[in-house]
Amino acid sequence: MQKIKPLDHLILILGVLFLFVPVLMTLMSSTHGAVEIHSGGLYITPGSDGAATYAKVLTHRGGFTGDVTGLLMLTNSLIMGLGFAIGKIALSMMAAYALVYFRFRFATLLFWMIFATLLLPLEVRIMPSYQVMSTLGLLNTYTGLIVPLLASATGTFFFRQFFKSVPDELLEAARIDGAGPIKFFIDVLVPLSKTMMAAIFIIMFIYGWNQYLWPLLMTTDESFYTLMRGIKSILQVWVGSQIPDYNEAFALAVLAMVPPVAVVVIFQRMFIKGLTESDK
Amino acid sequence: MAHLSLKNVGKTYGGSNQAAVAGVDIEIADGEFIVLVGPSGCGKSTLLRMVAGLETVTDGEIRIGDRVVNQLDPAERDIAMVFQNYALYPHMSVRDNMAYGLKNRKTPKAEIEARVAEAARMLELGPYLDRKPRALSGGQRQRVAMGRAIVRQPAAFLFDEPLSNLDAKLRVTMRMEIRRLQKRLGTTSLYVTHDQLEAMTLADRLVVLNGGRVEQIGAPLEVYRKPASTFVAAFIGSPAMSLLDARFENGQVMVDGHALAPVGNAPGPVTLGLRAEDLRITSTGVPMRVDYVEELGAHRIVHGAIGDQPVAVVDNGGAALAETVHVLVDPAKLHLFETSTGRRMDTRIQAEAVPAQ
Ligand SMILES: Nc1ncnc2c1ncn2[C@@H]1O[C@H](COP(=O)(O)OP(=O)(O)OP(=O)(O)O)[C@@H](O)[C@H]1O
Ligand SMILES: [Mg+2]
Repeated sequence: MQKIKPLDHLILILGVLFLFVPVLMTLMSSTHGAVEIHSGGLYITPGSDGAATYAKVLTHRGGFTGDVTGLLMLTNSLIMGLGFAIGKIALSMMAAYALVYFRFRFATLLFWMIFATLLLPLEVRIMPSYQVMSTLGLLNTYTGLIVPLLASATGTFFFRQFFKSVPDELLEAARIDGAGPIKFFIDVLVPLSKTMMAAIFIIMFIYGWNQYLWPLLMTTDESFYTLMRGIKSILQVWVGSQIPDYNEAFALAVLAMVPPVAVVVIFQRMFIKGLTESDK
Repeated sequence: MAHLSLKNVGKTYGGSNQAAVAGVDIEIADGEFIVLVGPSGCGKSTLLRMVAGLETVTDGEIRIGDRVVNQLDPAERDIAMVFQNYALYPHMSVRDNMAYGLKNRKTPKAEIEARVAEAARMLELGPYLDRKPRALSGGQRQRVAMGRAIVRQPAAFLFDEPLSNLDAKLRVTMRMEIRRLQKRLGTTSLYVTHDQLEAMTLADRLVVLNGGRVEQIGAPLEVYRKPASTFVAAFIGSPAMSLLDARFENGQVMVDGHALAPVGNAPGPVTLGLRAEDLRITSTGVPMRVDYVEELGAHRIVHGAIGDQPVAVVDNGGAALAETVHVLVDPAKLHLFETSTGRRMDTRIQAEAVPAQ
């Protein structure tokens, strides 16, 4: 056992405070009224308007069409997050499977080409992607929101490395046991990849959840509003003497934090369990 | 249950200009236990994997039963394989590991259950059926791997060094277990090992490989008593057979200027092979310098040299040894090899030895 050193703890506590206080302030401020916040700044103590603000944020019909509720935005964000995570995992697993287990010409070259796309962020190819989706008539659809961003170099790379670490004998045993390529993938590789899938799920869910620019471009229909856009639009009413609804923006921000935190908490368990109980 | 036949089988890996296996001819009878043995890199695994269908056959023909299997998938060859690292599916229970191959073959559920239960009973795996492989000891995993092979009731078992990940004691137990099971099931088996003791104890017939070629095929004792070449002589047996440069003079085989035994005549130099247990320490005979002694309890092995050529002798005495001792050998137990080719030559010597006496 190591001796407990006060200095180490002090540093750790400061670190925790540094990360946690802003979150706490957001939560606390969201329970105060907009005027209070405007005049009094951020709060670290709870206010009295919490319940009303959250109820309003979730159910109030806003936007130009008067149809956009917080609940709708939450659903849209969830669809984005889940669609990204599941789609990316499925696609990159299959790509990695092909790269690792099938002998075809230029496999290595192909892999490096996929890998190189890591260097190109979404913003670089946003115009051509938009053009393609627009031509296909997929603007203002979930398909258009999700599918163009599904190809994932990160995911392919991680799964490729993982598949390479699976002993060859496992494949050989499966071949002798009469498992074809599809059966081997589903019966052996997928269950073995559970922890890898959990890790990538966390990353990709949050990636999808936090998308802002792409949905902004792809959708004009307000029924596709995501939370990220909702928060932004609340703060955009800065005209004349009107005060933005800070409290609502904060409440939305808090709501926007809950699902990613839940995903991390749930999958991290699986993830760590998988890391400690070596499966191979 | 089937016989296995390898005809002129060879393998050259793509990108390599040297054959890993070449010209292997083996006829394996139904129910026979064949052990492939040889030093590392001699092509044992390659040969076995060709039979399994995991490597393509570049030369020759492999038959299992009456079918030529060269072009068949592993699953269609009706074989089962036990790997060195067991290759159990880590996420499946012991039961599922054993049942997986049968499920893929659409075996009826009731039959799968019966076969798994039977294999579990034979291998004493009953209590572990619902465990995952990682919760088993090495020996138990080994048995699961065996069970996975047994439930399939294949025409042949293929083993690739299945015991080399176990500790010495367990290895001996598992060795007996494998042999017992194979006898009982009567399944033709091909077993790869580089451990000559394992090879001797398990095999109906040994196949000694050297550099991808068959050096000798025969029953273990036959190979031990009449090694076909210096390579086999040095490889089979522990301690290894001592090989000495010798020549003939007046019907005697001479080592380091001393007459060792009357055997006959042959021109030129020969290589003389002496098994440690065939040499006796006596008061007369060829002088041997003692270097060190290995005490094994039941007997001891004296390592030394005649002239400057190393020799090992098994000795049953307990007395302290002088720095130089004298050794004798029964002429019938000498092994003679042509120095140039390393091939055994005693048929010719024997023919010439008769008139000499
Ligand atoms: N995939 C491969 N590509 C090219 N050469 C190979 C390949 N696999 C094996 N070899 C070569 O073939 C020869 C025989 O290899 P093999 O694995 O059959 O040896 P082994 O007798 O099983 O040895 P060990 O006792 O170490 O397992 C070796 O020289 C090896 O380098
Ligand atoms: Mg090998």
